[in-house]
Amino acid sequence: MKEILGTTGLVMNEPLLWEKGGNGRCGFSMPRRDVESSPIDEGLVGPVPDFPELSEVDVVRHYTRLSQWNYGVDTGMYPLGSCTMKYNPKVNEKYASLPGFTGAHPLLPPSMVQGALKLMYDLERFLSEITGMDTTTLQPAAGAQGELMGTMLIYAFLRSKGEHRSKFLIPDTAHGTNPASVSLCDFHPIPVKSNEDGILSPEAVAEVMDEDVAGILVTNPNTLGFFEENIREIGEIVHGKGGLVYCDGANMNAVMGIVEMGKIGVDVMHLNLHKTFSTPHGGGGPGSGPVCVKKHLEPFLPVPRVVQEEGTYRLSSEYPDSIGKVHGFYGNFGVMIKAYSYIMSMGPENLKKASQLAVLNANYVKESLKTVFNLPYDRPCMHECVFSDKKLNVHKITTLDVAKRLIDCGFHPPTIYFPLVVPGAIMVEPTETESKETLDEFIETCKIIANEAEETPDLLHDAPKNAKVQRLDEVTAARQPCLAD
Amino acid sequence: MRYLPHTDDDISAMLKVVGVGSLEELFSTVPEDCRKKEPFNLPDPLTEWELNRHMASLADTMATMPEYKVFVGAGSYEHFVPSSVLSLLGRSEFVTSYTPYQPEVSQGTLQGIFEYQTLICRLLGMEVANASMYDGASALAEALLMATRITKKKKVAISRLIHPHYREVVKTYLWPTGYEVVELPYLESGRTDLSALDGMAELAAIAIQSPNFFGCVEDLAALREKASEREAMSIASFTEALAYGLLRNPGSYEADIVCGEGQSLGIPQSFGGPSLGIFASRMKYVRSMPGRLVGKTVDMAGKQGFVLTLATREQHIRRERATSNICTNQGLCALGAAIYMASLGKHGLRELAKLNYDKTGYLKGRLEEAGFKVKFDSPTFNEFVVEFPSNFERTYKRLLDQKIVAGLPLASYYPELNNCYLMGVTETKTKEDMGILVKGIES
Repeated sequence: MKEILGTTGLVMNEPLLWEKGGNGRCGFSMPRRDVESSPIDEGLVGPVPDFPELSEVDVVRHYTRLSQWNYGVDTGMYPLGSCTMKYNPKVNEKYASLPGFTGAHPLLPPSMVQGALKLMYDLERFLSEITGMDTTTLQPAAGAQGELMGTMLIYAFLRSKGEHRSKFLIPDTAHGTNPASVSLCDFHPIPVKSNEDGILSPEAVAEVMDEDVAGILVTNPNTLGFFEENIREIGEIVHGKGGLVYCDGANMNAVMGIVEMGKIGVDVMHLNLHKTFSTPHGGGGPGSGPVCVKKHLEPFLPVPRVVQEEGTYRLSSEYPDSIGKVHGFYGNFGVMIKAYSYIMSMGPENLKKASQLAVLNANYVKESLKTVFNLPYDRPCMHECVFSDKKLNVHKITTLDVAKRLIDCGFHPPTIYFPLVVPGAIMVEPTETESKETLDEFIETCKIIANEAEETPDLLHDAPKNAKVQRLDEVTAARQPCLAD
Repeated sequence: MRYLPHTDDDISAMLKVVGVGSLEELFSTVPEDCRKKEPFNLPDPLTEWELNRHMASLADTMATMPEYKVFVGAGSYEHFVPSSVLSLLGRSEFVTSYTPYQPEVSQGTLQGIFEYQTLICRLLGMEVANASMYDGASALAEALLMATRITKKKKVAISRLIHPHYREVVKTYLWPTGYEVVELPYLESGRTDLSALDGMAELAAIAIQSPNFFGCVEDLAALREKASEREAMSIASFTEALAYGLLRNPGSYEADIVCGEGQSLGIPQSFGGPSLGIFASRMKYVRSMPGRLVGKTVDMAGKQGFVLTLATREQHIRRERATSNICTNQGLCALGAAIYMASLGKHGLRELAKLNYDKTGYLKGRLEEAGFKVKFDSPTFNEFVVEFPSNFERTYKRLLDQKIVAGLPLASYYPELNNCYLMGVTETKTKEDMGILVKGIES
């Protein structure tokens, strides 16, 4: 057996910012004062905010040490299900840092920002092509904002027909953002049960579909990693009663070049550029959540929109039926640059290849581990596969223990306890950028851990031991919150 | 393709384990009538070296400093960002990690965000700040929604001097809820006319922006008073966070929610995003707040550590009853703001804020000397409105050709302010730059 990946290293302790430094230090090169002081009404002036005083070296050491306590995609495999933690190409970061882009003010005359407008215009068209939808807006800053906006487009569409519906169908495998987003649009979420194959049946949808339902929000492929095979029939049922189909495209990474969303009854969908299109997650964001629509929803898209006339680009707000705006400017432009660069680097064939390899990797992990962990749905999967801790429970081992032990062994844990339909879920999404060797290492490690569960369960109960900290007291953190010093 | 590691041998070996004959066969569960038949109509792939050229050609069309002198703020501010901040923020352990759901391997992000929350509380004089919202505009919309949840009232009043785009975002967010949004007019002084609130009842919140869209410092004490009288929540919004390095903070006026844009705190302008939605409140409202929160705790060995906490407010637990649908936020931008604030330190922050104030004062004085009218007489920070003669549009265009942007024309936002321009000045503008601008306007 090969040596386990995880080990200990020299990790520095580092206090909180304000526990270090000294009076009078500053880590900033103060711009030259070339003007006189202007008078100010003393009543307007406040006390100086109590910030720490640090030299540039103090700041650099502080954050370098902090960074070493983090696990990233660049550190190792990050099989976090539904999050698509693929490799984030370095060259994308370089382009987003070009001074012409970082220094650009968003409110300049169009003649002074042609490059940015062209990039946005082209990216919109690329994303429409990749999804098979008609038009795309790049404005939403993240997937959840895309969902909110997409749901709002449905609301606007129905309103334009003089309809006011109160319900929205949400499958039981849905991301938590789905019901939260439709609620913000004042729709009442109605759960739809998935069947024994982990997908929606037309019957289950027909049973709850009526003239008061605005639409259905389907994640496809869904969070169990399955393609919603009945999507066309479901679309017909929903459309038949005047509702619309929203597709949560968080899992688009499985089906680029394979499925044409625009042809399977989807009216509106969002994408996550920070998943499928390789932009980094940044420890929580920023993301970008473009929304792609069919023609009938186009009039309601947010403004401004990028338009092109004879090779010249400008922003236009002349869309009287638009729902308005969801972002102060045009969305997370810096993230769009990275996704654009990714598509330009990959080209049409490699995008499809990426989906094929993502699905290959997930099925390979599923087949290799299905005798090790319980596999509640033994069917061909798409980009991710979901196991559970059912077999381990006899040894008083839970999914959480496995996740924490994986940390000691050098892997980021999978998504755990989601989707909710699988108790003790372990949701693995390897993505296409992991090699066979890395997957084999992960598989081998999981086997060792399953063995440990039986023979040395305390290794799991006490894990992690190699990380910066051990398991944390989350109960006290929530009961007596300390959210600032 | 260098991002795809599979060799042909790998693929065959893996297909064998899976038990299918080809990559296509992996998709057996996708029905025939859902399949994409044609190949993508997308550009052929470029090599890294070709793409370098292509991206440079796009970036080169953009008007940026130092070649261009842009005297525009209006929600996006040109400030110097130290190389140390950008370099630290580029560390891949920060960039390529996910939301810190697994705290033991995310302590870097978690301590960094805890420090961010603390610094924001100190900057704004508030008790609790979240881990970030998308931007200043959606932060305000979320603040108003939070106020409706707490007060159970369905009407909000917002100043007309809140950034026009923010007001549009608020209206969009609130549209399906049916909540009423009332706009408060402004006075000749360039401040919000709070007397318009007289006779207005059943308000969930009153929101004003300070410094407001015209750069004028608002009367936050009066806001507090008007809100208290009506049992409405007081919300202070802002677009220029650096102002609170100098001005009395909204917390000292007992604002209930303070929210705004943090782009000024070390985040590049990037054509409007990504930026940073700052959101802070009083502790008694913490369980109604949107967004993630990091808390301090201890591990099993009693060692200090940090976790995401109070998650029962959030969508992944509470689903349709969550305080917001936000999931991905602007984490890396929040971390960047913290690194920037730590680099400045308290005296650096004050000195820089005062320098911004003084430079703005200088330009204001020079334009007044040259005979132009500063439209509003309230004190301002970094921005102010000037009324130019009616033929100024020609001058404005001529200056654009000379790579000078002489403010933002206001007529499209405020039709009554024809010939008025919103001028923006920060520490990036030298006395010489401002001299060139004034000369250009005069000639």
